[in-house]
Amino acid sequence: MLIDRLPISVLKSRLVPDRWDVVAIALVFGLLVYLGEAAHGLTQPLAGLEATPISLDPWKLIGYSARSALRMLIAMIASLVFTLSYATLAAKSRRAEAVLVPLLDILQSVPILGFISVTVVFFLSLTPGRVAGAEFAAIFAIFTSQAWNMAFSFYQSLRSVPDELDEVARGFRLGAWMRFWRLEVPFATPPLIWNMMMSMSGGWFFVVASEAISVGNTTLTLPGIGSYIALAIEQRNLVAIGWAIGAMFVVILVYDQLLFRPLIASADWFTLEQEAGLTPSRSWVLTMLRRSRVLRLLRRGFAASLRSASRWGQNLQRPKGPKKPVAQKPTPAWVDPLWYAGILFITLAAVLKISFFVHSGVTTAEIGHVVLLGLATLARVIILIALASVVWVPIGVAIGLRPSVTRIVQPIAQFLAAFPANLFFPVVVSGIVAWHLSPNIWLSPLMILGTQWYILFNVIVGASSLAPDLRNVAENLHIRGWLWWSRIALPAIFPYYLTGAITASGGSWNAAIVAELATWGKERLVATGLGAYIAEATTAGDARRTVLGILVMSLFVVLLNRLFWRPLYAQAERRFRMA
Amino acid sequence: MNAPLLLDVQNVRQAFHKPDGDELLVLDGVDLTLRAGEIVGLLGRSGSGKSTLLRVISGLACPTGGTVNYLGQSVAGPAAGIAMVFQSFALFPWLTVFENVQIGLEALRVPATEIRRRSLAAIDLIGLDGFESAYPRELSGGMRQRVGFARALVVHPNILLMDEPFSALDVLTAETLRNDFLDLWAAGQLPIQGVLLVTHNIEEAVLMCDRLLLFCAQPGRIVSEIPIDLPKPRHPIDPRFRAIIDRVYVEMTTRPRSDARPEARIERYAGAGIGTMLVHVSSNLLAGLLEAVSTAPYNGHADLPAISSDLRMEADELFPVAEALQMLRFAELAGGDIRLTEAGDQFAKGETDERKRLFSLHLLSYVPLAAHIRRVLDERASHTAPKSRFLDELEDHMAEDAAEETLRTIISWGRYAEAFAYDDQSQSFNLENPT
Repeated sequence: MLIDRLPISVLKSRLVPDRWDVVAIALVFGLLVYLGEAAHGLTQPLAGLEATPISLDPWKLIGYSARSALRMLIAMIASLVFTLSYATLAAKSRRAEAVLVPLLDILQSVPILGFISVTVVFFLSLTPGRVAGAEFAAIFAIFTSQAWNMAFSFYQSLRSVPDELDEVARGFRLGAWMRFWRLEVPFATPPLIWNMMMSMSGGWFFVVASEAISVGNTTLTLPGIGSYIALAIEQRNLVAIGWAIGAMFVVILVYDQLLFRPLIASADWFTLEQEAGLTPSRSWVLTMLRRSRVLRLLRRGFAASLRSASRWGQNLQRPKGPKKPVAQKPTPAWVDPLWYAGILFITLAAVLKISFFVHSGVTTAEIGHVVLLGLATLARVIILIALASVVWVPIGVAIGLRPSVTRIVQPIAQFLAAFPANLFFPVVVSGIVAWHLSPNIWLSPLMILGTQWYILFNVIVGASSLAPDLRNVAENLHIRGWLWWSRIALPAIFPYYLTGAITASGGSWNAAIVAELATWGKERLVATGLGAYIAEATTAGDARRTVLGILVMSLFVVLLNRLFWRPLYAQAERRFRMA
Repeated sequence: MNAPLLLDVQNVRQAFHKPDGDELLVLDGVDLTLRAGEIVGLLGRSGSGKSTLLRVISGLACPTGGTVNYLGQSVAGPAAGIAMVFQSFALFPWLTVFENVQIGLEALRVPATEIRRRSLAAIDLIGLDGFESAYPRELSGGMRQRVGFARALVVHPNILLMDEPFSALDVLTAETLRNDFLDLWAAGQLPIQGVLLVTHNIEEAVLMCDRLLLFCAQPGRIVSEIPIDLPKPRHPIDPRFRAIIDRVYVEMTTRPRSDARPEARIERYAGAGIGTMLVHVSSNLLAGLLEAVSTAPYNGHADLPAISSDLRMEADELFPVAEALQMLRFAELAGGDIRLTEAGDQFAKGETDERKRLFSLHLLSYVPLAAHIRRVLDERASHTAPKSRFLDELEDHMAEDAAEETLRTIISWGRYAEAFAYDDQSQSFNLENPT
């Protein structure tokens, strides 16, 4: 970036715009206009929503997808702001850390879909009579599906800044502000980008799910792909569903090309050694950004302002003149006990509040029933993960061992993981209705429809990172068949497979809320399970049962993580490392 | 010497608190001075606390006791006139060469034009012209360390601290960088007045320094000082140069370790308690050195500098092996020489089974930790014991990572000797050697 300060680049620079400039200008301004139009809808009064109902006209989908994409963008920005502040606080303050980190861990396990109805009421009351309230609720739902793992990744990066870089920063006496922007943020960027991408993948699901929300007997439909598909389901219109799937396809493709390819490719700047990445670090957008002079000027301006901001912060922090070391004032001894006592008090109050709230309308017998429902959903999750593993592990290994196939399949698998599976639900559900199949069995695959791809692409990564020498040894010793699978392939991919399976399992719980209860026109299909329980309580506007269901589901997820996945992962890490 | 005193370190002591409240002494009673125009070397084995001392001097770490005075002022927190060059280069991978060099000046709020002028000057001086816009990952190790030097020099420090600056480089690159540095130093082109160099490479230390301070471990302290008044540039083939190298080896092999017990017999053999840290040396290296010394031209008795260059092993690679052999009483170190014991000679000439028998015998007789583990396993009905049991015991005597390495060493030696087995899955010792 600093090449511009050096004479050599001045010599090379021309002032005539080239084709990349044209593309860049068109894209930048096109995007601005597009987003501006979409944002205009925000300030409309709520009544306007009902006055202009969703239409199944395919042309309207262009506007709808813009609205959906904008929601996603705003939620992503909010998640970033949250990440930078929450994770920084957790990493810098010991007291905050004690609360914030476990909180994050639990929040990650809470099925957000069940909460949408609650948050809608809250946000609507904040902005009475305006669309903004419903919009905020939808964006909040998307935000909650994205923010936690991003914050966690950033926190972990802050805690693992390499010692020697930390020493350089302290040795040169970088102020906290400069240190943050020059050391900590760049260091944390590559894992953060990866987590943003994972968040985005999960997020589209919630974009679709959060646009048509029923609270009790009122239904709010925000213009977007999700509402379009909800209407299509109501009218049993398979063609419209096809259009919606097509529109979503384009939106995700655009996001992928415009946002994530460039981000991933640029993440390479931040690392010292090029690691074997998950995606090829090539991006035509990044190439354009780098080649286009207009954009380069903008980027330089941005970089320069960031630099002067970090300098300005440094100036602000340090008084002029030689610095006298000041002994840090130790916090008084009574602060710690008070802080932890306060936390304990709030926790107890919350526990009491929850138990009174739930217990005032729900019998103990029902709690037992809900736990049983949870076991039913658990059985589904386990069986589905097992089935998906049996299918995708051999395929993933076969793909991963062939680099030429990997290059083609890997982006497709990632794309499929990002594609909101709930768009496909109506297609399956219409089939179940048409052939009168059992919802208890046939609704189940929907839970893993969107999450199975995590297993596939992690297995591909694992197989493709198997050392060529190990494969040569296997060939040399004529190791084939089951011996090859049990001694070489499966152990080699195991840690990668686990990563995929953990992600898939977490996502499946969330999907259960929309998968176990499905409608097709007037037809309602219900599978026995915790997901259906939560969904029914939500539609009925029964806050007690919603909270109970979510609570039980969170417990299931947390216990499954702690007692099963985490020990397994720890063991895999210990067993399969070489050093 | 009457040159002005840059740095005065008095009686510095550094201890870390262990979780159980005990103290772990890393540095004890370190005195050191640095005068203008001097390059002073700190020579010692890895883990002897040299790097900790460097961090105390630079103000990155605060000593538990003693004083560090820089130009008459007490150092508390990173000082402005002291810059450091790191073994691992410690460059910011997301900043270009130019930006990496600038960052120290930016932190000092130097005006932008001045930053640019001084950075370009430093880049020019250190031979990085043309690399300004490159990112560190595009550079070779040698070029990366040049950036490290430029970044330290650009702030015009009075004292340059170098923490094994050449040890991550290949031999040829290290030599080039060293010579370039010495040339600039000799020509007075560097904006620095004194250098403190931490190294474990004896030849490098003798080549560069005006004074050498020998460090010993557990706890780290300075055991002797060797002035080097050879004119520069120095040549490794110069007999006077070789004589100084020999002297360093002699000093390093005859100094009793600071933790030696008062009993005269044990004092000759380094490390004879359960709490002695064991540096991980594989049995292949042990056997290799024994074989090398036992055969011609050494025939059981070798001069350490000679065998060091013969085997192409740096002193810091050779010493742990030789000391492990001494601990196992396969060899004795004295006066810069290594001499095989009778058992050592027997080992070198023996077949695998004979070697294992001897190794097992010596391991259980002379390494108290091995004997201890074996005794515990024998006493228990299950013949198993968790690793954590011994780890806890070791951590009473040493830091956590040192305890881990000691256990790793004893596991590998115990396996070779077939004295006991270890299962990594259950993290426990047992006596089940497959037969």
